[in-house]
Amino acid sequence: MTGRVLREASRVELALLLREPVALVFALALPVVNVVVLGAVFGDQPDPTEDVFRGVSGSTYYTPAYMSLVAAAVGLIVTPTQLAGYRERGVLRRIRASGLPVSAVLVSQVVVGLVLAVVGAALVLAVSFASNEPDVPADVFGVLVAFLLGTVALTLLGLVLGALLPTARAAQGAGVMLWFVVLILGGAGPPPDVLPDAMGVVGTFTPLRPLVIALQDPWFGNGWNVVQLLVLLGLGVASGAVAAVRLRR
Amino acid sequence: MTSRNTPPGPAAGVRGTGRARRAGARVVGGIGTSPEKRNHVVASTPDLPVSVRGLRKSYGSVHAVRDVSFDVAPGEIVGILGPNGCGKTTTVECLQGLRRPDAGEIAVLGLDPRTQATALRRRIGSQLQDSALPDRIRVHEAIRLFGSVGSSPVPVDRLLDDWGLTAKRRAAFGSLSGGQRQRLFVALALVNSPELVFLDEMTTGLDPAARRETWRLLERVRDLGTAVVLVTHFMDEAERLCDRLVVMLEGEVIETGTPAELIRRHGGGITATFTADGVEVGLVSGLPGVRSVRRRAGSLEVSGEPEALLHLGHALVGAGSLPSDLRVRQPSLEDAFFTLVGEGSRGRPGDGAGSGDPGSEGWATAGTREGVA
Repeated sequence: MTGRVLREASRVELALLLREPVALVFALALPVVNVVVLGAVFGDQPDPTEDVFRGVSGSTYYTPAYMSLVAAAVGLIVTPTQLAGYRERGVLRRIRASGLPVSAVLVSQVVVGLVLAVVGAALVLAVSFASNEPDVPADVFGVLVAFLLGTVALTLLGLVLGALLPTARAAQGAGVMLWFVVLILGGAGPPPDVLPDAMGVVGTFTPLRPLVIALQDPWFGNGWNVVQLLVLLGLGVASGAVAAVRLRR
Repeated sequence: MTSRNTPPGPAAGVRGTGRARRAGARVVGGIGTSPEKRNHVVASTPDLPVSVRGLRKSYGSVHAVRDVSFDVAPGEIVGILGPNGCGKTTTVECLQGLRRPDAGEIAVLGLDPRTQATALRRRIGSQLQDSALPDRIRVHEAIRLFGSVGSSPVPVDRLLDDWGLTAKRRAAFGSLSGGQRQRLFVALALVNSPELVFLDEMTTGLDPAARRETWRLLERVRDLGTAVVLVTHFMDEAERLCDRLVVMLEGEVIETGTPAELIRRHGGGITATFTADGVEVGLVSGLPGVRSVRRRAGSLEVSGEPEALLHLGHALVGAGSLPSDLRVRQPSLEDAFFTLVGEGSRGRPGDGAGSGDPGSEGWATAGTREGVA
């Protein structure tokens, strides 16, 4: 029975998402804009000093970083806006009162977030490889695992934001701001190695940094970065627990 | 005061018709549920739909509900009446397991909402106050989603047809009118063939036509034999729809009974007014049941118990006086209600459409006036 609810809820959530142009712009278009802009600036130029772009070309450095931006847009903007809007308008109350498990609605947010992130990442990859010549990933499976884990973790973080922020407008405003902050500090804008020290330190505490590194390491042939994957796992578990407690009632 | 109550006939007539239809419908089953299933459900649940004793709930230092006890019998529509802030919504939210009461014995369909809320919610339907749907969800999607929790939801097409939403099947929730939204909410509350339905202020904010439409829907719900708990502050709605009323004031139940019982107990009797040239006050003032007689501008105004009317007519005919303008004002539920909760509740600011009309009947009559208009 719960499976049927989850399937139905996911289908509805996906339909709602497709009718929500703002969410699509953030998740699908903004990262692609970054691909185009940063791709045009740095292109395929090799790393000037071997420690700016972690020893790879600009386009190779940025392509996995752009993927992380998609996950960040889903987790910081799309999911919180949707959930805060539900709470604001009493949708969750209605769902709870009708016997639909609220957990099904929450899990469907994660399911839909994953779908959206995969589509967004595919767009980013397509545009990146079309406009430049980044290296292909050394370990495709490793990149995939990092991306899926990171997206789920960030979407769960999005549930927490959606449970804390009072309205959809507040969630969207805060989400966009956060997205730009983690973009700049997290490693998807200026490479961390060229950030001033203080900013670099702050950047390590953004939820984006572990995902950027966990994507880049297998891509560049450095193997899986287990530490960063564990950080993402921890972020996901902690966020999921907080969201469950906050939204259980 | 008088105009809204002058034609009591139609209201009574409508109510009678509703009851008759309902009695017939119960035999054959009803819309949206097969007779076999309905019978089965009723037979397997000997518990009262609702039984509450000593319910209490505070929010910090605010005692929203102090002491609430009442029952709802199978197939009954019970209205909860009371001024804003008297604890109506808190009470029904506790019954649905949406709030945790501080004290009290509660059984809803034989289940305890505190510990068995999940099982309970699958057997009840809910229309909550201040609770919407996402603007972009479509009507058929909402019905399918809300039906996915039940083991055998009413088919989407049939529910759409039953509630006049077929043409709106693919419409977004945000594009629906107030009346259409209420129809959708009622449809969602009924999609899993509940044994008990909670409806909280479902006509607040609707225009007169939409209110009437919603009433017809509710009459159809009770035709299914489903027990209904209706929270309202519209007297005409309560009088027309409810079998029994629970009147609340400041977190407590102060009276229960059928609308007719409440009117009889607290309505304050009838008033007859007629042109009385040549009729002496003394002729009528001593009649059985007459409480007071007043002469004003050529008319007599006679107030008293309901039986005073027949004695008055008899006396007038005996005296050879046949006034052509005899008007009788029957006490309404509203009169009874205000006697119960105190005149202080009349015309309270911010309580509804009546507030713009000082000195008239106040908020609770807004619906009456709209309904007549």
